[in-house]
Amino acid sequence: MINRSLKELGAALAEKRISSVELATLFVERIERLNPTLNAFITVDKGKTLAMAREADQRLASGLAGPLTGIPLAHKDIFCTEGWLTTCGSKMLSNFVSPYDAHVVSRMKLAGLVTLGKTNMDEFAMGSSNETSFYGPVKNPWDTARVPGGSSGGAAAAIAARLAPAATGTDTGGSIRQPAALCGLTGLKPTYGVVSRYGMIAFASSLDQGGPMAKSAEDCAYLLSAMAGFDPRDSTSLDRPNEDYGRDLEKPLAGLTIGLPREFFGTGMAADVRSAVDAALAEYRKQGAVTVEVSLPNSGLSVPAYYVIAPAEASSNLSRFDGVRYGYRAPEYADLSDMYCKTRAQGFGAEVKRRILIGTYVLSHGYYDAYYLQAQKIRRLIANDFVEAFRHCDIIMGPTAPSTAFAVGAKSDDPVAMYLSDIYTIAVNLAGLPGMSIPCGFGEGNLPVGLQLIGNYFEEARMLNVAHRYQLATNWHKRMPENL
Amino acid sequence: MEWEVVIGLETHAQLQTKSKIFSGSSTAFGAAPNVQANAVDIALPGVLPVLNRAAVECAIRLGLAVGGRIAARSIFARKNYFYPDLPKGYQISQYEIPVISGGSLAIIVGQGEQGYEKTVQLTRAHLEEDAGKSLHEDFHGKSGIDLNRAGTPLLEIVTEPDMRSSAEAVAYAKALHALVQWIGICDGNMQEGSFRCDANVSVRPKGSEKLGTRREIKNLNSFRFMQQAIDYEVHWQIATLEDGGRIEQATVLFDPATGETRAMRSKEDAQDYRYFPDPDLLPLEIIPEWIARVKAGMPELPAEMKLRFAPDYGLSAYDAAMLTVSRETAAYFEDCVAAAGRENAKLCANWLMGELAARLNKEGGEIAAAPISPLQLAALVRRIADGTISNKIGREVFDALWNGDAQDVDELISARGLKQITDGGAIEALIAEVLAANPKSVEEFRAGKEKAFNALVGQLMKATKGKANPQQVNELLRRKLSG
Repeated sequence: MINRSLKELGAALAEKRISSVELATLFVERIERLNPTLNAFITVDKGKTLAMAREADQRLASGLAGPLTGIPLAHKDIFCTEGWLTTCGSKMLSNFVSPYDAHVVSRMKLAGLVTLGKTNMDEFAMGSSNETSFYGPVKNPWDTARVPGGSSGGAAAAIAARLAPAATGTDTGGSIRQPAALCGLTGLKPTYGVVSRYGMIAFASSLDQGGPMAKSAEDCAYLLSAMAGFDPRDSTSLDRPNEDYGRDLEKPLAGLTIGLPREFFGTGMAADVRSAVDAALAEYRKQGAVTVEVSLPNSGLSVPAYYVIAPAEASSNLSRFDGVRYGYRAPEYADLSDMYCKTRAQGFGAEVKRRILIGTYVLSHGYYDAYYLQAQKIRRLIANDFVEAFRHCDIIMGPTAPSTAFAVGAKSDDPVAMYLSDIYTIAVNLAGLPGMSIPCGFGEGNLPVGLQLIGNYFEEARMLNVAHRYQLATNWHKRMPENL
Repeated sequence: MEWEVVIGLETHAQLQTKSKIFSGSSTAFGAAPNVQANAVDIALPGVLPVLNRAAVECAIRLGLAVGGRIAARSIFARKNYFYPDLPKGYQISQYEIPVISGGSLAIIVGQGEQGYEKTVQLTRAHLEEDAGKSLHEDFHGKSGIDLNRAGTPLLEIVTEPDMRSSAEAVAYAKALHALVQWIGICDGNMQEGSFRCDANVSVRPKGSEKLGTRREIKNLNSFRFMQQAIDYEVHWQIATLEDGGRIEQATVLFDPATGETRAMRSKEDAQDYRYFPDPDLLPLEIIPEWIARVKAGMPELPAEMKLRFAPDYGLSAYDAAMLTVSRETAAYFEDCVAAAGRENAKLCANWLMGELAARLNKEGGEIAAAPISPLQLAALVRRIADGTISNKIGREVFDALWNGDAQDVDELISARGLKQITDGGAIEALIAEVLAANPKSVEEFRAGKEKAFNALVGQLMKATKGKANPQQVNELLRRKLSG
């Protein structure tokens, strides 16, 4: 049951081969057994989960169920979840029980999914290894000495270890795709504006986008169809008709033109990643796709531009965590200014502070033009590069991450090395495009490799089709870590 | 040395929308603390702002009323600073591209013969959200925070440094105060903080082109305080400069108890607000059709009305300006003229700006709630115009109406026997009596003392209890005496 697809789980529930309570219990028990090793979850609440499962069972019994009703799902702890602790991986919110549901959470509830718990993450989604969490690092189920990637590392580890069939994630610079790659999963970051950000704790508002993480493209299509849709509470939410993102899953790929950015296939990629990606491209050619070289000449500027824009927005977004109204407050202080200083000094971790400082600096009087404005111009150039590239191809492919999962602690003292692990994913966020990572093989040490798919705006259905056809022909996505 | 005063005003007008600028909470004043603050207002993690269309329409109204440019595309920016009553740690405002730029406002400074008109140029008007309130009393050494006001829509209206005296500043503030109420975007309640001004004040040697260093007086919430604060500040700045001192740029507060201004923070402590475009809000786009729709729903503007009043009612430009100081005054006047007849418009204007304005001023009150209705005033004016009563008796009638002693002008005139005596025979008979009783005055007049004539008129008016037509009395008496 733990390896089943969402479609299979839905069928099993509909046919009463298993109840939602039984299914939830199965996963809760796995969490109880394996979470101490993996640290994938920050909060589990068996009582709440089973209560939701019982409700789902009633809906199933009454015939009011949808395709996802009764299936368990884990939420990244960045999503506000009514009645649940919602920490965003930070001491700052270590006492914050949300009084409301994020749009994504309410959409998933509406679809009948059962909340399994809240997954661990880099603090305020700032990190690529899940080592910045106040709740401790998450371990990669494929090798517990290695990181699962980040910031949605808890979600990735949970699905890889079959502690959850699927999870929600968020992606600001690669936080869905990179951990999906490092844990052997399928993850999708939609076009900016497709999934409402309401109730998703903001890191960098112009880049943040929620999306699904699961074992397959088919699962992601189901989840995205439930998750996406216009939300008037988010001014950047796009008012478009709802879509069935799985409508084109089976379409053959003959005639598909795949663009391979010259800049992605240079020297930065590890050899084992390279060979897995090359093999995946060969499979696509076998299915009738053609590959062409394209160029993203400004992609080399994406990491520096991102590390101006994202910290700038974060420095402002995180100002609300001031100890006044909710969240952590320093126990002792002399006056207001001292309360602010101590609360924020004690409540935020080192990486968050680093980014607040960078962001504050680049927005400061006299530096704004040189950094923030300049970075926004580069952002426009990067987006234009993609527009140009999509004149020559239907979809872009390349590696998701430059290497497979690295060792815990390997990059935690070198922020720049850490930032470079998102070198292939960041440009997609800057351009607002949809992107995916799918498993495409294993590298040294039997560690998963991810293939990145980048679609044109609103081409999620096409991207899922391209991913699904590959998954019909391969079984990388079906493998699960042993020795757990 | 002769000094020139230079003043620019920044006004925060709280917009009369039902809900807040970026959330659905009510904006009503006076609720218990924090009951009108929802998840967005208290800035819970994950919440997002959504712009209230009604607030934008208020800005468009102002833009149309002052002849400003309404930006086709304007940007909301974050102004970042920490304060306990600022829940997000930033205020959403407009910085580089405001919704309105330019425009002007005509003002009348002073009264009567000393009065003059002037046009104040506006720099810009932008939309922003208000902060909450910090309450420093009753919390045993701690501060309380009330976020009901947080997120209330404000329009900040900024002038060029065009005003040259506290009188001009007050006249501008009053004109703007009337205008925002006229166009229905602000209730103008200064006690509740719906309309508050900051004044940038500097002085320079007369004739100098260069602006002096300014100090900004914050939060002036009454016209009287504005006048006092600016006068004190100007006096202080001139005294400082004449003593060889220098003015440092600063933000100052006015203390009504001492009548003095006092520096709150200097330029050195000025915060870097790190403005940047708010990524949670899209650029605000206003299409011409939207402006046209708002315009169609606007009342006639004071400037338009003023231009119409002079020719329509045969009034001077000054009278027209005075009668359009507020929408209520203009409406009162037009209602009064409609009942009294257009030929009596000037008389209506005189009574409105004279007796009625004086009484309202003396006793305090709004013209819309005056004890005398426009119809009553019109009836009074008609009776003066047709000679039934004199102007002087008119005042008695006015008093009676004001005090509520009577409702109907004609009934009052007949009940009190106030009708003017216009019967020449009756007046001549009285003249004969008065002349007979005052031979001394008659003799003096004939000896060339004009004063004696006035004494005789006085006697005659006394005998008729003021009811004789004064012109007629004059004429007949002079004829009699010279005959």
